[in-house]
Amino acid sequence: MRTLNDLRRGERAVIARIAGVGGDEITVRRLHEMGFDDGVEVEMLHRGPVGGDPLALRVGSMVVGLRKALAGMIEIEAAAAFAEAAE
Amino acid sequence: MTALLAALVGNPNAGKTSLFNALTGSRQKVGNYPGVTVERKSGRLALPDGRIAELVDLPGTYSLSPRSPDEAVTRDMVLGRQAGERRPDAIVAVIDATNLRNHLRFVLELRRLGLPMVVALNMVDLAERDGTRIDVEQLSRILGLPVVPTVAVRRRGLTELAAEIGPLLGTAPATLASPEADIRLLQREARVIADTVTAQHGAAKRWTQVLDGVAMHPVAGPLLLIAILFVMFQSVFAFAEVPMGWIEAGIAALQAQVSALLPDTWLRSLLNDGVLSGVGAVVVFLPQILILFLFIILLEQSGYMVRAAFIMDRLMAGVGLNGRAFIPLLSSFACAIPGIMATRTIDDPKDRLTTILIAPLMTCSARLPVYTVIIAAFIPATNVGWFGLQGLVMLGLYVFGVAGALVAAWALRRTVTKGPTPTFLIEMPKYQWPVPRDIGIGLWQRAGAFLQRAGGLILMITVVLWALASFPKPPEGSAVTPLSYSAAGRIGSALEPIFAPIGFNREIAIALVPGLAAREVAVAALGTVYALDGDEDQVAQSLVERLRGSWSLPTALAFLAWYVFAPQCLATLAVVRRETGGWKWPAFMFVYLFAMAYLAAGATYWIARALL
Repeated sequence: MRTLNDLRRGERAVIARIAGVGGDEITVRRLHEMGFDDGVEVEMLHRGPVGGDPLALRVGSMVVGLRKALAGMIEIEAAAAFAEAAE
Repeated sequence: MTALLAALVGNPNAGKTSLFNALTGSRQKVGNYPGVTVERKSGRLALPDGRIAELVDLPGTYSLSPRSPDEAVTRDMVLGRQAGERRPDAIVAVIDATNLRNHLRFVLELRRLGLPMVVALNMVDLAERDGTRIDVEQLSRILGLPVVPTVAVRRRGLTELAAEIGPLLGTAPATLASPEADIRLLQREARVIADTVTAQHGAAKRWTQVLDGVAMHPVAGPLLLIAILFVMFQSVFAFAEVPMGWIEAGIAALQAQVSALLPDTWLRSLLNDGVLSGVGAVVVFLPQILILFLFIILLEQSGYMVRAAFIMDRLMAGVGLNGRAFIPLLSSFACAIPGIMATRTIDDPKDRLTTILIAPLMTCSARLPVYTVIIAAFIPATNVGWFGLQGLVMLGLYVFGVAGALVAAWALRRTVTKGPTPTFLIEMPKYQWPVPRDIGIGLWQRAGAFLQRAGGLILMITVVLWALASFPKPPEGSAVTPLSYSAAGRIGSALEPIFAPIGFNREIAIALVPGLAAREVAVAALGTVYALDGDEDQVAQSLVERLRGSWSLPTALAFLAWYVFAPQCLATLAVVRRETGGWKWPAFMFVYLFAMAYLAAGATYWIARALL
């Protein structure tokens, strides 16, 4: 499964599952507060100067910065694939 | 007396503070919530029906599940659980019209409480500019709440908002419902509502994306940050000089007045040498602090500060910190006290504590007088390539401080503040023009807080140290200087054996005692030890000559290294006690900084002696 980390700059996708964060309910809640949710469209905007960490994403109508470690726990699917599935 | 209380609640970046400033003007009361150090801002709101309500601006938060002390206050206030505070009679929920999906989610959470509520749909002008049309009536109908479109920075919609608040006051139920709900359900409901009431026509203007193309570029971004910091520090030193001269002249004039009016007794000495020179030594930094804060407010309000945190996060992560720590650490270059107070926005407690502990290692403006005198005395004014050697040494001391802070953070995160790696999750708000009214109010409040401290704690400490440095008086015709004979001098002499191994002589040990109050006092104290008279500039000038004659170069370098780390600021320790709720951490801070200063000074002394 691809995660947010695999997105190239300018690439869009749809969040499939907030996984891996596991039992850390607080972090999951924070992600939801920042607009992350299944089915929400994301777009990779920028990557940090060293090792591409942290990264900045557009999540819905908001831009959010987060570290690679956290981004790797959010699974995505191609924007087009999601649109087909929804039909 | 106002019996009515309304509270502004909203996400960070919703324009809440701008709306608060626009509604209440400059007549705001800034205080603290009882028992916690979170700032409580309130003002008077005149309602169209002639009544006056108190409007309180609650800290911005994303939900009622708090992650920082600030956000806990917001939750406790709206639930009526905040000690010493009344539950508000009504809530004004401030939401950003360009980010409805996320902000409506919080409105839905707040609505569950059952408190009377009005929604301020802020920044509607930006939504229109982005080609988004919002059906306000429909939104109001779906939410079952009054909704008022506002543009806080242009004072649009304020009267309408006040008109909606009025009828709500006094209609609150006796008990509130629980706001607990599945956040995913609220999120989905908010998205459906947002999509129902908005219509997109035309493309959004993407200023923020264009600017971020530079500010967050992997190469251009860090360069831009360095350039901004360079301009900021240059301005602090270039523009503060003249007003600092005025303050010094003003204090000197006051001292002359006191000398003319009072006979030469202990009272005159107390007023001149204790109160005026002690408080004056701190107040003189007001111009530098204001300029630095002006930059910090501009960077915060424009939205750039979060980008700086983003750029710095990787470096901070390397020592176990978080990009958010960059903001308080930057403030600490003016003064560690506002820097330590700014750590309240860091949610992880261990992360916050580490940031507090390293904040005093940022070279604050109080160290400058000490550095300036020693550099003038011992570093030749020659050039190395294009750069002056004296300036390079000064820069080196700044870098030394930052490097020391990184090492300290690294070590602390592995020992006393050990904990899970903090996450970095931050909203990048859109860029906005800073609003002059908000800048003015921000500067005014910070200047007030600084002067209050100078008049309170610092005044008290300087008076105590003055007494220690003035009594007992040496007998008539004695060869020892009055300071050496005084209690402070005796304490200094007793401390001498501790400082001898790192190259400090008895005079330095004595000067360190009054220098405990604030670092810059050490210059004046050295002047007194060497029995120099005259105003500060004369003392500084003749002190340069005197030090050249009586200190070796290794001692001078060790003294500089000492001051990079020295925990000599009682006001900082007092603030750390308040922020950490006890004496444990300020005591720890004092000990660890003392140890670092001692080691750094000792190493500098012995290495310099071996090399020179």
